[in-house]
Amino acid sequence: MAKNLYEKVWEAHLVHQDGDDCLIYIDRHLIHEVTSPQAFAGLKEKNRKVRRPDKTFATMDHSISTRSLAIDACGPTNALQLRTLAQNCEENGIQLYPVGHQKQGIVHVIGPELGLIQPGMTVVCGDSHTATHGAFGALAFGIGTSQVEHVFASQTLKQGKAKSMKVQVDGKLGLGVTAKDIILAIIGKIGHAGATGHVIEYCGSAIEATSMEERMTICNMTIEAGAKAGLIAPDQTTIEYLKDREFAPKGADWDAAVEYWKTLTSDAEAKFDTEVYLTAEEIKPQVTWGTNPGQVIAVDEPVPAPESMPNDVEKVSCDKALKYMGIQAGQQLSELNVNHVFIGSCTNSRIEDLRAAAVVARLGKVAQSVTAIVVPGSAQVKQQAEQEGLDKIFIDAGFEWRLPGCSMCLGMNDDILQEGDRCASTSNRNFEGRQGRGARTHLVSPAMAAAAALHGHFVDVRQLQGVA
Amino acid sequence: MSGIDLHSGTAVPLDQANVDTDQIIPKQFLTAVTRSGYGKHLFHDWRYLDQHESVPNPDFVLNKPQHKTASILLTRQNFGCGSSREHAPWSLTDYGFKAIIAPSFADIFYANSINNQLLPIRLTDEQVEALFKKVQANADVCIDINLSAQSVSCEELTFQFDIDPAHKNSLIKGLDAIGQTLELGAHIDNYEQSIPAWRQ
Repeated sequence: MAKNLYEKVWEAHLVHQDGDDCLIYIDRHLIHEVTSPQAFAGLKEKNRKVRRPDKTFATMDHSISTRSLAIDACGPTNALQLRTLAQNCEENGIQLYPVGHQKQGIVHVIGPELGLIQPGMTVVCGDSHTATHGAFGALAFGIGTSQVEHVFASQTLKQGKAKSMKVQVDGKLGLGVTAKDIILAIIGKIGHAGATGHVIEYCGSAIEATSMEERMTICNMTIEAGAKAGLIAPDQTTIEYLKDREFAPKGADWDAAVEYWKTLTSDAEAKFDTEVYLTAEEIKPQVTWGTNPGQVIAVDEPVPAPESMPNDVEKVSCDKALKYMGIQAGQQLSELNVNHVFIGSCTNSRIEDLRAAAVVARLGKVAQSVTAIVVPGSAQVKQQAEQEGLDKIFIDAGFEWRLPGCSMCLGMNDDILQEGDRCASTSNRNFEGRQGRGARTHLVSPAMAAAAALHGHFVDVRQLQGVA
Repeated sequence: MSGIDLHSGTAVPLDQANVDTDQIIPKQFLTAVTRSGYGKHLFHDWRYLDQHESVPNPDFVLNKPQHKTASILLTRQNFGCGSSREHAPWSLTDYGFKAIIAPSFADIFYANSINNQLLPIRLTDEQVEALFKKVQANADVCIDINLSAQSVSCEELTFQFDIDPAHKNSLIKGLDAIGQTLELGAHIDNYEQSIPAWRQ
């Protein structure tokens, strides 16, 4: 029977099945300081051990400073959480990439960078943006802390099989339009909960043409459409990315792996529960106007009115979002002044993202009224960017060049906004208060964020000379 | 862990769709390393007018005197979306909620709730709307939940809800999910033997 990619990966990981109740094996377990301490404590309480420390990898990313490598830089509570992670990793023999380590970084940036994530694997992490790793054709999803403890103890998870959704994007993206715009346009089309209960497979010529970094941006925000995971079938781009990375298979194992990876595509006759189609040429640079990622429009469209919403619940949501965001229906986004710009996060902090932002940063200076920060996703990204001189371009233009971490995506450190601040952000969530209580977040691509920094308001990056 | 089967209580109507876990429990409370004590921070930004939680927001529905003792949260679609933080169900149970009724839940939040003996009940939009009308008309109206029978009753209304049999069993019996899985240790051993070298 014809199978889709999700079904192939799922079936290859079934350990046990009792009716609809399935136990699946986990190949890679990524952990960080925020969602693991209670799981380690639970293990200890029950006198259980981490079954496969060799398949478990830890980093410090959420609670750390982006100005200092000192573990105490963000206060004693954050420091205790970081030290707890270090102690738990030591006691359980888990590889940790701590602050200051040359391979440290955001968990979803370093996993792929180290070659830990490979096609056909199952990957979990106590973090919803684990969906990122679907870029490799791995079944990757976020879990809660109780499930982290379950994976520690058994290297498995109890799961029900999800529904499947095909999202096909065909055609060629216009200049100045990026992977971030693709995924925001998809979420705008299907809605913030449009893929709940589903695993999405992204396909089509526009997806096939993307780099691994771009695929990671797309899969990263899969969770913002409510989906459990997002997958992209591995191809030559995937294989080339992985070759010779630290944890990628070597020698005969590499050959065997590549041979298997080539089978990881949906069969021609494979069925999906839902199918969605987009045309790349129709996608414009996107900007969120509201308080969830589904509340998004193209940069040249007016902010929608509550009356245009399809039902009462959406009308109420729209009205509340407009009030929180301090904007009016019908307004043009270019009229909105931003006073903060954040370039970073597991969505857009990889080398290509920084290059794209630097192309724009080169065109001018950060506006007087704007504070703009660039936070590379990992120590390796930072090093690479510095080798290419991107740090100098940013600094010369008036951006702050920071140390790697999650930073202002969620502000678990001191990178937080104040009430009323308006931020153009390359992160993934524009929720109320996400970047600081009362702060207003607009999600955009790295190029759009950099352009907003220079102009002090949103501009259509396609109209900037030297970009498009 | 003790189980949940029958529950009767009043509900607080949180009339909003897409309530995300950043709203349920904001990031500044995620630096703790324990599972307890999050209830006082539940819905922090909406519930308090100040950062120090000393000035309650009188307009927020949880602060209304008539809803102070509610043990059921009645809300709209896609509750619990966003971050996977299990601190969300930890804060809801610590506050005193036993069940949440909504048209839909985000997947990770739903699983986290099951793992914390917090019963997530999916009803249709119309059924949820009918309960909103009841609770908004009379805050003291009692809602009876019977998990075995998969039913929610309120005065003359009775609705059936769907739940995965394994989830139901685990909620009623308060089972140790990890302990159950470890009983399948031989299957896990066998599976590990079959993993090819390149996927180790």
